[in-house]
Amino acid sequence: MIRILATISGQFLVLFARFITAARAEWRGTEPVRRRRIYYANHTSNADMPLIWTVLPPVLRRETRPVAAADYWLKTKLRAFAGRDIFKAVLIDRRAEHRTEDPIAAMAAALDEGSSLILFPEGGRNMGEEPLLPFKAGLYNIAQLRPEVDLVPTWVENISNIMPKGEIIPVPLSCSVIFGAPIHLREGESIEAFLERAADALRTLRPNASTDYSVSTGQTG
Amino acid sequence: MSAGADDLTLIIGGVLGLLLLATLIGEALRMRGVASRQTLDIYITRVNSWWVMAVTLSVALLLGKVVTLMLFAFCSFAALREFMTLTHKTRADHWALVASFYVVLPVQYVLVWWGQEGLFTSFIPVYAFLLLPILSMMRGAGASFLARISETQWALMICVFCASHVPALLVIDLGEYSARSVLLIAFLVLVVQLGDLMVYFAGRRIGRHRVAPSISPKSWEGVACGAVFAALIGASVAWITPFGTAGAALMALISFLIGTGGALVLDAIKKDRGVTNWGHIIPGQGGIVDQLDSVFFAAPVFFYVTRFFWA
Repeated sequence: MIRILATISGQFLVLFARFITAARAEWRGTEPVRRRRIYYANHTSNADMPLIWTVLPPVLRRETRPVAAADYWLKTKLRAFAGRDIFKAVLIDRRAEHRTEDPIAAMAAALDEGSSLILFPEGGRNMGEEPLLPFKAGLYNIAQLRPEVDLVPTWVENISNIMPKGEIIPVPLSCSVIFGAPIHLREGESIEAFLERAADALRTLRPNASTDYSVSTGQTG
Repeated sequence: MSAGADDLTLIIGGVLGLLLLATLIGEALRMRGVASRQTLDIYITRVNSWWVMAVTLSVALLLGKVVTLMLFAFCSFAALREFMTLTHKTRADHWALVASFYVVLPVQYVLVWWGQEGLFTSFIPVYAFLLLPILSMMRGAGASFLARISETQWALMICVFCASHVPALLVIDLGEYSARSVLLIAFLVLVVQLGDLMVYFAGRRIGRHRVAPSISPKSWEGVACGAVFAALIGASVAWITPFGTAGAALMALISFLIGTGGALVLDAIKKDRGVTNWGHIIPGQGGIVDQLDSVFFAAPVFFYVTRFFWA
Protein backbone atom coordinates (compact mmCIF):
# COMPACT_ATOMS: atom_id res chain seq x y z
CA MET A 1 0.00 0.00 0.00
CA ILE A 2 2.69 2.45 1.06
CA ARG A 3 4.72 1.41 -1.98
CA ILE A 4 1.87 2.12 -4.40
CA LEU A 5 1.25 5.47 -2.74
CA ALA A 6 4.96 6.29 -2.96
CA THR A 7 5.08 5.39 -6.69
CA ILE A 8 2.05 7.56 -7.44
CA SER A 9 3.41 10.44 -5.37
CA GLY A 10 6.75 10.08 -7.14
CA GLN A 11 5.10 10.32 -10.56
CA PHE A 12 3.11 13.34 -9.40
CA LEU A 13 6.30 14.96 -8.14
CA VAL A 14 8.03 14.41 -11.50
CA LEU A 15 5.08 16.02 -13.32
CA PHE A 16 5.04 18.94 -10.90
CA ALA A 17 8.80 19.48 -11.24
CA ARG A 18 8.51 19.42 -15.03
CA PHE A 19 5.61 21.91 -14.91
CA ILE A 20 7.60 24.37 -12.81
CA THR A 21 11.06 23.95 -14.37
CA ALA A 22 10.64 22.42 -17.85
CA ALA A 23 13.55 20.38 -16.51
CA ARG A 24 16.06 19.15 -19.02
CA ALA A 25 19.03 16.86 -18.70
CA GLU A 26 22.13 17.60 -20.71
CA TRP A 27 24.54 14.67 -20.88
CA ARG A 28 27.89 16.19 -21.65
CA GLY A 29 30.79 13.77 -21.74
CA THR A 30 28.75 10.87 -20.42
CA GLU A 31 25.63 8.90 -21.30
CA PRO A 32 22.63 7.89 -19.17
CA VAL A 33 23.61 4.25 -18.74
CA ARG A 34 22.93 1.68 -16.03
CA ARG A 35 26.17 1.72 -14.11
CA ARG A 36 26.80 2.22 -10.45
CA ARG A 37 27.44 5.91 -10.12
CA ILE A 38 27.64 8.73 -7.65
CA TYR A 39 26.13 11.90 -9.07
CA TYR A 40 27.77 14.65 -7.04
CA ALA A 41 26.10 18.03 -7.38
CA ASN A 42 26.09 21.66 -6.32
CA HIS A 43 23.51 22.47 -3.66
CA THR A 44 21.68 25.81 -3.51
CA SER A 45 18.11 24.76 -2.83
CA ASN A 46 16.06 21.97 -1.28
CA ALA A 47 14.68 21.38 -4.78
CA ASP A 48 18.10 20.30 -6.17
CA MET A 49 17.71 16.65 -5.28
CA PRO A 50 14.11 16.23 -6.59
CA LEU A 51 15.20 17.96 -9.82
CA ILE A 52 18.14 15.62 -10.47
CA TRP A 53 15.87 12.71 -9.60
CA THR A 54 13.26 14.03 -12.08
CA VAL A 55 15.59 14.38 -15.08
CA LEU A 56 17.10 10.90 -14.73
CA PRO A 57 15.49 8.42 -17.13
CA PRO A 58 12.92 6.30 -15.18
CA VAL A 59 15.04 3.17 -15.37
CA LEU A 60 17.99 4.98 -13.72
CA ARG A 61 15.75 6.92 -11.34
CA ARG A 62 14.40 3.69 -9.85
CA GLU A 63 17.88 2.59 -8.82
CA THR A 64 19.29 5.96 -7.77
CA ARG A 65 19.12 6.97 -4.10
CA PRO A 66 19.92 10.44 -2.75
CA VAL A 67 22.18 10.76 0.29
CA ALA A 68 20.29 13.09 2.60
CA ALA A 69 20.37 14.49 6.12
CA ALA A 70 18.34 12.47 8.62
CA ASP A 71 17.68 15.50 10.83
CA TYR A 72 15.90 17.22 7.91
CA TRP A 73 14.09 14.30 6.32
CA LEU A 74 12.79 12.71 9.50
CA LYS A 75 11.46 15.93 11.03
CA THR A 76 7.81 15.47 10.00
CA LYS A 77 5.73 12.47 8.88
CA LEU A 78 5.31 13.91 5.38
CA ARG A 79 9.04 14.47 4.94
CA ALA A 80 9.78 11.01 6.26
CA PHE A 81 7.35 9.55 3.70
CA ALA A 82 9.00 11.57 0.92
CA GLY A 83 12.54 10.81 2.02
CA ARG A 84 12.19 7.14 2.89
CA ASP A 85 9.42 5.93 0.58
CA ILE A 86 9.47 8.17 -2.52
CA PHE A 87 13.19 8.93 -2.86
CA LYS A 88 14.43 5.90 -0.86
CA ALA A 89 17.09 8.22 0.52
CA VAL A 90 20.20 6.94 2.28
CA LEU A 91 19.64 8.94 5.47
CA ILE A 92 22.73 9.96 7.34
CA ASP A 93 23.20 11.96 10.53
CA ARG A 94 25.20 15.13 9.94
CA ARG A 95 25.87 15.52 13.67
CA ALA A 96 28.87 13.32 14.35
CA GLU A 97 28.13 13.02 18.07
CA HIS A 98 24.68 11.50 17.47
CA ARG A 99 25.81 8.95 14.91
CA THR A 100 24.99 5.32 15.41
CA GLU A 101 26.08 4.33 11.91
CA ASP A 102 29.05 5.43 9.83
CA PRO A 103 27.67 7.45 6.87
CA ILE A 104 30.37 6.24 4.50
CA ALA A 105 29.57 2.62 5.39
CA ALA A 106 25.87 3.32 4.74
CA MET A 107 26.71 4.75 1.27
CA ALA A 108 28.99 1.81 0.48
CA ALA A 109 26.24 -0.61 1.51
CA ALA A 110 23.76 1.12 -0.82
CA LEU A 111 26.29 0.94 -3.69
CA ASP A 112 26.90 -2.73 -2.97
CA GLU A 113 23.15 -3.39 -3.29
CA GLY A 114 23.43 -2.05 -6.87
CA SER A 115 22.12 1.46 -6.27
CA SER A 116 23.58 4.68 -7.60
CA LEU A 117 23.75 7.72 -5.31
CA ILE A 118 23.08 11.45 -5.46
CA LEU A 119 25.51 13.28 -3.18
CA PHE A 120 25.97 16.95 -2.29
CA PRO A 121 29.64 17.16 -1.30
CA GLU A 122 29.39 20.76 -0.04
CA GLY A 123 27.59 19.31 2.98
CA GLY A 124 24.93 22.02 3.09
CA ARG A 125 23.15 24.59 0.99
CA ASN A 126 25.28 27.27 -0.61
CA MET A 127 23.72 30.67 0.12
CA GLY A 128 26.66 32.82 -0.96
CA GLU A 129 27.90 34.30 -4.20
CA GLU A 130 30.61 31.72 -4.87
CA PRO A 131 29.43 28.95 -7.20
CA LEU A 132 30.70 26.20 -4.87
CA LEU A 133 31.57 25.83 -1.19
CA PRO A 134 34.65 23.76 -0.29
CA PHE A 135 33.85 20.04 -0.48
CA LYS A 136 33.68 17.93 2.68
CA ALA A 137 35.75 14.78 2.97
CA GLY A 138 32.80 12.44 2.26
CA LEU A 139 33.29 12.30 -1.50
CA TYR A 140 36.96 11.36 -1.03
CA ASN A 141 36.17 8.74 1.60
CA ILE A 142 33.59 6.95 -0.53
CA ALA A 143 35.85 7.21 -3.61
CA GLN A 144 38.61 5.54 -1.62
CA LEU A 145 36.32 2.80 -0.34
CA ARG A 146 34.69 2.08 -3.75
CA PRO A 147 37.24 3.36 -6.31
CA GLU A 148 35.57 1.59 -9.26
CA VAL A 149 32.34 3.62 -9.00
CA ASP A 150 31.91 6.48 -11.53
CA LEU A 151 31.82 9.91 -9.93
CA VAL A 152 29.64 12.02 -12.22
CA PRO A 153 29.82 15.81 -11.78
CA THR A 154 26.25 17.14 -11.91
CA TRP A 155 25.60 20.85 -12.24
CA VAL A 156 22.11 22.08 -11.33
CA GLU A 157 21.47 25.40 -13.05
CA ASN A 158 19.12 28.17 -11.95
CA ILE A 159 17.09 26.39 -9.30
CA SER A 160 17.79 28.94 -6.56
CA ASN A 161 15.64 31.65 -8.20
CA ILE A 162 12.65 29.35 -8.30
CA MET A 163 12.23 29.26 -4.56
CA PRO A 164 14.59 31.59 -2.71
CA LYS A 165 15.19 30.62 0.90
CA GLY A 166 12.18 31.37 3.08
CA GLU A 167 9.66 31.44 0.20
CA ILE A 168 6.99 28.77 -0.09
CA ILE A 169 5.51 29.31 -3.58
CA PRO A 170 7.81 28.31 -6.47
CA VAL A 171 8.07 30.60 -9.52
CA PRO A 172 8.17 28.66 -12.81
CA LEU A 173 11.60 29.13 -14.48
CA SER A 174 13.56 26.90 -16.85
CA CYS A 175 16.19 24.71 -15.24
CA SER A 176 18.73 22.32 -16.60
CA VAL A 177 20.86 19.61 -15.06
CA ILE A 178 24.21 19.08 -16.76
CA PHE A 179 26.04 15.77 -16.34
CA GLY A 180 29.78 15.78 -17.03
CA ALA A 181 32.43 13.15 -17.72
CA PRO A 182 32.95 10.78 -14.75
CA ILE A 183 36.09 11.06 -12.62
CA HIS A 184 37.82 8.50 -10.39
CA LEU A 185 40.27 8.72 -7.52
CA ARG A 186 43.81 8.39 -8.87
CA GLU A 187 46.46 6.14 -7.42
CA GLY A 188 48.08 7.92 -4.48
CA GLU A 189 46.11 11.15 -4.97
CA SER A 190 45.87 13.30 -1.85
CA ILE A 191 42.51 14.28 -0.42
CA GLU A 192 43.10 17.98 -1.16
CA ALA A 193 44.12 17.38 -4.77
CA PHE A 194 41.21 15.01 -5.37
CA LEU A 195 38.58 17.32 -3.88
CA GLU A 196 39.96 20.25 -5.88
CA ARG A 197 39.89 18.22 -9.09
CA ALA A 198 36.32 17.08 -8.36
CA ALA A 199 35.20 20.67 -7.66
CA ASP A 200 36.88 21.86 -10.89
CA ALA A 201 35.12 19.18 -12.94
CA LEU A 202 31.82 20.42 -11.51
CA ARG A 203 32.57 24.13 -11.94
CA THR A 204 33.46 23.76 -15.62
CA LEU A 205 29.95 22.46 -16.33
CA ARG A 206 28.47 25.74 -15.21
CA PRO A 207 26.98 27.63 -18.19
CA ASN A 208 29.13 30.62 -19.22
CA ALA A 209 31.84 29.25 -16.97
CA SER A 210 34.51 30.53 -19.34
CA THR A 211 33.40 34.16 -19.13
CA ASP A 212 33.44 34.61 -15.38
CA TYR A 213 35.61 31.77 -14.24
CA SER A 214 39.26 31.09 -14.79
CA VAL A 215 39.35 27.34 -15.21
CA SER A 216 42.61 25.73 -14.22
CA THR A 217 43.87 23.57 -17.04
CA GLY A 218 45.00 19.98 -17.03
CA GLN A 219 43.05 19.03 -13.95
CA THR A 220 39.73 17.90 -15.32
CA GLY A 221 39.52 14.21 -15.56
CA MET B 1 -18.90 27.77 -35.16
CA SER B 2 -20.64 25.60 -37.72
CA ALA B 3 -20.50 28.21 -40.49
CA GLY B 4 -16.74 28.39 -40.16
CA ALA B 5 -16.17 24.69 -39.58
CA ASP B 6 -16.18 23.67 -43.24
CA ASP B 7 -13.77 26.43 -44.25
CA LEU B 8 -11.58 25.64 -41.24
CA THR B 9 -11.48 21.97 -42.20
CA LEU B 10 -10.43 22.96 -45.70
CA ILE B 11 -7.60 25.21 -44.42
CA ILE B 12 -6.41 22.54 -41.99
CA GLY B 13 -6.52 19.96 -44.77
CA GLY B 14 -4.36 22.26 -46.89
CA VAL B 15 -1.79 22.74 -44.13
CA LEU B 16 -1.61 19.03 -43.34
CA GLY B 17 -1.23 18.36 -47.07
CA LEU B 18 1.77 20.71 -47.17
CA LEU B 19 3.28 18.95 -44.15
CA LEU B 20 2.75 15.58 -45.78
CA LEU B 21 4.61 16.89 -48.82
CA ALA B 22 7.45 18.14 -46.56
CA THR B 23 7.67 14.73 -44.88
CA LEU B 24 7.66 12.90 -48.23
CA ILE B 25 10.43 15.16 -49.56
CA GLY B 26 12.48 14.34 -46.43
CA GLU B 27 11.93 10.60 -46.91
CA ALA B 28 12.78 10.83 -50.63
CA LEU B 29 16.03 12.69 -49.85
CA ARG B 30 16.87 10.11 -47.19
CA MET B 31 16.40 7.22 -49.62
CA ARG B 32 18.41 8.87 -52.40
CA GLY B 33 21.09 9.88 -49.92
CA VAL B 34 21.63 13.31 -51.53
CA ALA B 35 21.65 15.70 -48.58
CA SER B 36 24.11 15.32 -45.74
CA ARG B 37 22.92 13.23 -42.82
CA GLN B 38 23.05 16.09 -40.35
CA THR B 39 21.12 18.61 -42.48
CA LEU B 40 18.51 15.96 -43.16
CA ASP B 41 18.13 15.10 -39.47
CA ILE B 42 17.58 18.77 -38.60
CA TYR B 43 15.05 19.11 -41.42
CA ILE B 44 13.10 16.01 -40.36
CA THR B 45 13.13 17.04 -36.69
CA ARG B 46 11.73 20.43 -37.66
CA VAL B 47 9.05 19.00 -39.93
CA ASN B 48 8.01 16.64 -37.13
CA SER B 49 7.76 19.59 -34.74
CA TRP B 50 5.60 21.37 -37.31
CA TRP B 51 3.30 18.35 -37.40
CA VAL B 52 2.84 18.45 -33.64
CA MET B 53 2.20 22.21 -33.62
CA ALA B 54 -0.17 22.18 -36.61
CA VAL B 55 -2.19 19.26 -35.29
CA THR B 56 -2.39 20.76 -31.79
CA LEU B 57 -3.61 24.14 -33.06
CA SER B 58 -6.02 22.51 -35.52
CA VAL B 59 -7.61 20.33 -32.86
CA ALA B 60 -7.95 23.31 -30.50
CA LEU B 61 -9.54 25.48 -33.19
CA LEU B 62 -11.96 22.69 -34.15
CA LEU B 63 -12.95 22.15 -30.52
CA GLY B 64 -13.87 25.81 -30.07
CA LYS B 65 -13.27 28.83 -27.91
CA VAL B 66 -12.55 27.28 -24.50
CA VAL B 67 -9.98 24.78 -25.77
CA THR B 68 -8.33 27.44 -27.96
CA LEU B 69 -8.07 29.74 -24.94
CA MET B 70 -6.57 26.92 -22.87
CA LEU B 71 -3.99 26.19 -25.57
CA PHE B 72 -2.89 29.82 -25.75
CA ALA B 73 -2.90 30.13 -21.95
CA PHE B 74 -0.49 27.20 -21.89
CA CYS B 75 1.67 28.85 -24.59
CA SER B 76 1.70 32.03 -22.51
CA PHE B 77 2.74 30.06 -19.44
CA ALA B 78 5.59 28.27 -21.21
CA ALA B 79 6.69 31.50 -22.92
CA LEU B 80 6.64 33.46 -19.66
CA ARG B 81 8.64 30.67 -17.97
CA GLU B 82 11.28 30.96 -20.71
CA PHE B 83 11.28 34.75 -20.65
CA MET B 84 11.46 35.19 -16.87
CA THR B 85 14.40 32.77 -16.78
CA LEU B 86 16.47 35.42 -18.57
CA THR B 87 15.24 38.58 -16.79
CA HIS B 88 17.05 40.20 -13.90
CA LYS B 89 15.40 39.51 -10.59
CA THR B 90 16.16 39.40 -6.90
CA ARG B 91 14.38 37.99 -3.88
CA ALA B 92 12.42 41.27 -3.64
CA ASP B 93 10.68 40.38 -6.92
CA HIS B 94 9.51 36.96 -5.78
CA TRP B 95 5.91 38.00 -5.03
CA ALA B 96 5.66 40.02 -8.24
CA LEU B 97 6.83 36.95 -10.20
CA VAL B 98 4.48 34.62 -8.33
CA ALA B 99 1.60 37.05 -9.03
CA SER B 100 2.56 37.24 -12.73
CA PHE B 101 2.31 33.48 -13.18
CA TYR B 102 -0.54 32.53 -10.90
CA VAL B 103 -2.76 35.64 -10.94
CA VAL B 104 -2.10 37.93 -13.93
CA LEU B 105 -1.83 35.14 -16.53
CA PRO B 106 -5.02 33.20 -15.61
CA VAL B 107 -7.04 36.39 -14.97
CA GLN B 108 -6.09 37.75 -18.41
CA TYR B 109 -7.38 34.59 -20.12
CA VAL B 110 -10.58 34.58 -18.04
CA LEU B 111 -11.18 38.21 -19.08
CA VAL B 112 -10.69 37.26 -22.74
CA TRP B 113 -13.10 34.34 -22.30
CA TRP B 114 -15.61 36.73 -20.70
CA GLY B 115 -15.20 38.98 -23.74
CA GLN B 116 -14.98 42.25 -21.79
CA GLU B 117 -12.73 44.15 -24.17
CA GLY B 118 -12.38 47.14 -21.84
CA LEU B 119 -10.97 44.79 -19.21
CA PHE B 120 -8.64 42.43 -21.08
CA THR B 121 -7.08 45.27 -23.07
CA SER B 122 -6.31 47.31 -19.94
CA PHE B 123 -5.64 44.67 -17.30
CA ILE B 124 -1.89 44.17 -17.96
CA PRO B 125 -0.95 47.62 -19.39
CA VAL B 126 -2.71 49.40 -16.51
CA TYR B 127 -3.39 47.25 -13.44
CA ALA B 128 -0.45 44.85 -13.56
CA PHE B 129 1.81 47.70 -14.70
CA LEU B 130 0.96 49.74 -11.60
CA LEU B 131 0.48 47.04 -8.98
CA LEU B 132 3.43 44.65 -9.53
CA PRO B 133 6.11 47.32 -8.89
CA ILE B 134 4.31 48.11 -5.63
CA LEU B 135 4.73 44.46 -4.61
CA SER B 136 8.45 44.53 -5.46
CA MET B 137 8.89 47.82 -3.61
CA MET B 138 7.22 46.42 -0.49
CA ARG B 139 9.63 43.48 -0.48
CA GLY B 140 12.62 45.79 -0.24
CA ALA B 141 13.23 47.28 -3.73
CA GLY B 142 17.04 47.05 -4.04
CA ALA B 143 19.56 47.54 -6.84
CA SER B 144 18.53 48.10 -10.50
CA PHE B 145 14.93 48.47 -9.34
CA LEU B 146 13.65 50.25 -12.46
CA ALA B 147 15.36 47.77 -14.78
CA ARG B 148 13.93 44.79 -12.88
CA ILE B 149 10.32 45.98 -12.77
CA SER B 150 10.54 47.00 -16.43
CA GLU B 151 11.77 43.56 -17.46
CA THR B 152 8.97 41.85 -15.56
CA GLN B 153 6.38 44.12 -17.22
CA TRP B 154 7.93 43.57 -20.65
CA ALA B 155 7.79 39.80 -20.17
CA LEU B 156 4.08 40.03 -19.27
CA MET B 157 3.31 42.31 -22.22
CA ILE B 158 4.88 39.97 -24.77
CA CYS B 159 4.11 36.56 -23.33
CA VAL B 160 0.63 37.20 -21.89
CA PHE B 161 -0.87 40.43 -23.23
CA CYS B 162 0.24 40.03 -26.85
CA ALA B 163 -0.22 36.25 -26.89
CA SER B 164 -3.76 36.50 -25.52
CA HIS B 165 -4.74 38.72 -28.46
CA VAL B 166 -4.60 35.67 -30.73
CA PRO B 167 -7.58 33.91 -29.08
CA ALA B 168 -9.13 37.35 -28.36
CA LEU B 169 -9.93 37.45 -32.09
CA LEU B 170 -12.77 35.05 -31.21
CA VAL B 171 -14.60 37.65 -29.13
CA ILE B 172 -14.59 40.69 -31.46
CA ASP B 173 -18.11 41.46 -32.64
CA LEU B 174 -17.82 41.34 -36.44
CA GLY B 175 -21.52 41.06 -37.18
CA GLU B 176 -22.36 38.10 -39.40
CA TYR B 177 -18.73 37.06 -39.66
CA SER B 178 -18.47 36.47 -35.88
CA ALA B 179 -19.66 32.89 -36.29
CA ARG B 180 -16.55 32.23 -38.41
CA SER B 181 -14.03 34.26 -36.40
CA VAL B 182 -11.97 31.16 -35.59
CA LEU B 183 -10.76 31.49 -39.18
CA LEU B 184 -9.04 34.78 -38.26
CA ILE B 185 -6.70 32.85 -35.96
CA ALA B 186 -5.93 30.39 -38.75
CA PHE B 187 -5.31 33.32 -41.12
CA LEU B 188 -2.96 35.18 -38.73
CA VAL B 189 -0.90 32.13 -37.78
CA LEU B 190 -0.74 30.93 -41.39
CA VAL B 191 0.48 34.16 -43.01
CA VAL B 192 3.00 34.98 -40.27
CA GLN B 193 4.52 31.49 -39.99
CA LEU B 194 4.62 30.86 -43.75
CA GLY B 195 6.15 34.32 -44.23
CA ASP B 196 8.80 33.40 -41.62
CA LEU B 197 9.60 30.18 -43.44
CA MET B 198 9.97 32.07 -46.72
CA VAL B 199 12.37 34.57 -45.10
CA TYR B 200 14.47 31.60 -44.03
CA PHE B 201 14.48 29.72 -47.36
CA ALA B 202 14.79 32.76 -49.62
CA GLY B 203 17.44 34.23 -47.33
CA ARG B 204 19.54 31.08 -47.62
CA ARG B 205 19.35 31.15 -51.43
CA ILE B 206 19.62 34.81 -52.35
CA GLY B 207 20.33 36.65 -49.07
CA ARG B 208 23.14 39.23 -49.42
CA HIS B 209 22.39 42.23 -47.22
CA ARG B 210 21.66 41.54 -43.61
CA VAL B 211 18.93 43.47 -41.79
CA ALA B 212 20.74 43.41 -38.46
CA PRO B 213 24.19 41.92 -39.01
CA SER B 214 25.12 41.69 -35.34
CA ILE B 215 22.03 39.79 -34.18
CA SER B 216 20.47 37.70 -36.92
CA PRO B 217 21.18 36.07 -40.30
CA LYS B 218 17.89 37.52 -41.69
CA SER B 219 18.51 39.38 -44.96
CA TRP B 220 16.61 42.19 -46.69
CA GLU B 221 16.22 39.91 -49.73
CA GLY B 222 14.68 37.20 -47.55
CA VAL B 223 12.35 39.65 -45.82
CA ALA B 224 11.22 41.07 -49.18
CA CYS B 225 10.41 37.57 -50.47
CA GLY B 226 8.64 36.79 -47.18
CA ALA B 227 6.55 39.97 -47.47
CA VAL B 228 5.46 39.19 -51.02
CA PHE B 229 4.76 35.58 -50.11
CA ALA B 230 2.72 36.53 -47.01
CA ALA B 231 0.65 39.02 -49.02
CA LEU B 232 0.03 36.39 -51.74
CA ILE B 233 -1.01 33.78 -49.18
CA GLY B 234 -3.24 36.40 -47.55
CA ALA B 235 -4.91 37.27 -50.84
CA SER B 236 -5.36 33.64 -51.83
CA VAL B 237 -7.17 32.78 -48.59
CA ALA B 238 -9.12 36.06 -48.52
CA TRP B 239 -12.35 34.05 -48.72
CA ILE B 240 -11.93 32.95 -45.09
CA THR B 241 -11.69 36.59 -43.87
CA PRO B 242 -14.05 39.58 -43.81
CA PHE B 243 -11.30 41.77 -45.35
CA GLY B 244 -11.81 41.34 -49.11
CA THR B 245 -8.89 40.36 -51.39
CA ALA B 246 -6.90 43.60 -51.20
CA GLY B 247 -7.68 43.95 -47.47
CA ALA B 248 -6.51 40.41 -46.74
CA ALA B 249 -3.26 40.96 -48.65
CA LEU B 250 -2.67 44.18 -46.72
CA MET B 251 -3.51 42.61 -43.34
CA ALA B 252 -1.16 39.73 -44.12
CA LEU B 253 1.59 42.18 -45.11
CA ILE B 254 1.17 44.28 -41.94
CA SER B 255 1.15 41.19 -39.73
CA PHE B 256 4.22 39.79 -41.44
CA LEU B 257 6.22 43.03 -41.16
CA ILE B 258 5.38 43.59 -37.47
CA GLY B 259 6.09 39.93 -36.79
CA THR B 260 9.48 40.02 -38.52
CA GLY B 261 10.46 43.16 -36.64
CA GLY B 262 9.33 41.52 -33.40
CA ALA B 263 11.34 38.38 -34.05
CA LEU B 264 14.44 40.54 -34.55
CA VAL B 265 13.73 42.44 -31.31
CA LEU B 266 13.58 39.16 -29.41
CA ASP B 267 16.76 38.02 -31.19
CA ALA B 268 18.42 41.19 -29.90
CA ILE B 269 17.36 40.28 -26.35
CA LYS B 270 18.73 36.75 -26.75
CA LYS B 271 21.98 38.17 -28.08
CA ASP B 272 22.24 40.51 -25.11
CA ARG B 273 21.65 37.64 -22.66
CA GLY B 274 24.14 35.38 -24.44
CA VAL B 275 21.76 32.57 -25.40
CA THR B 276 20.88 31.11 -28.80
CA ASN B 277 17.43 29.81 -27.89
CA TRP B 278 14.77 30.76 -25.36
CA GLY B 279 14.20 27.16 -24.41
CA HIS B 280 14.16 23.54 -25.56
CA ILE B 281 10.49 22.63 -25.52
CA ILE B 282 10.16 22.20 -29.32
CA PRO B 283 12.72 19.77 -30.79
CA GLY B 284 14.77 21.40 -33.55
CA GLN B 285 13.20 24.83 -33.06
CA GLY B 286 14.07 25.90 -29.50
CA GLY B 287 11.54 27.37 -27.13
CA ILE B 288 7.94 28.55 -27.42
CA VAL B 289 9.18 32.16 -27.67
CA ASP B 290 11.52 31.25 -30.55
CA GLN B 291 8.62 29.75 -32.44
CA LEU B 292 5.87 32.25 -31.67
CA ASP B 293 7.78 35.55 -31.36
CA SER B 294 6.44 36.91 -34.65
CA VAL B 295 2.88 35.76 -33.94
CA PHE B 296 3.00 37.40 -30.48
CA PHE B 297 4.12 40.72 -31.97
CA ALA B 298 1.64 40.64 -34.83
CA ALA B 299 -1.41 39.58 -32.77
CA PRO B 300 -2.33 42.87 -31.01
CA VAL B 301 -1.82 44.91 -34.19
CA PHE B 302 -3.91 42.45 -36.20
CA PHE B 303 -6.54 42.52 -33.44
CA TYR B 304 -6.84 46.31 -33.17
CA VAL B 305 -6.75 46.94 -36.94
CA THR B 306 -9.46 44.32 -37.45
CA ARG B 307 -11.44 45.81 -34.59
CA PHE B 308 -11.11 49.36 -35.97
CA PHE B 309 -11.96 48.77 -39.62
CA TRP B 310 -14.28 45.78 -39.61
CA ALA B 311 -16.17 45.68 -36.30
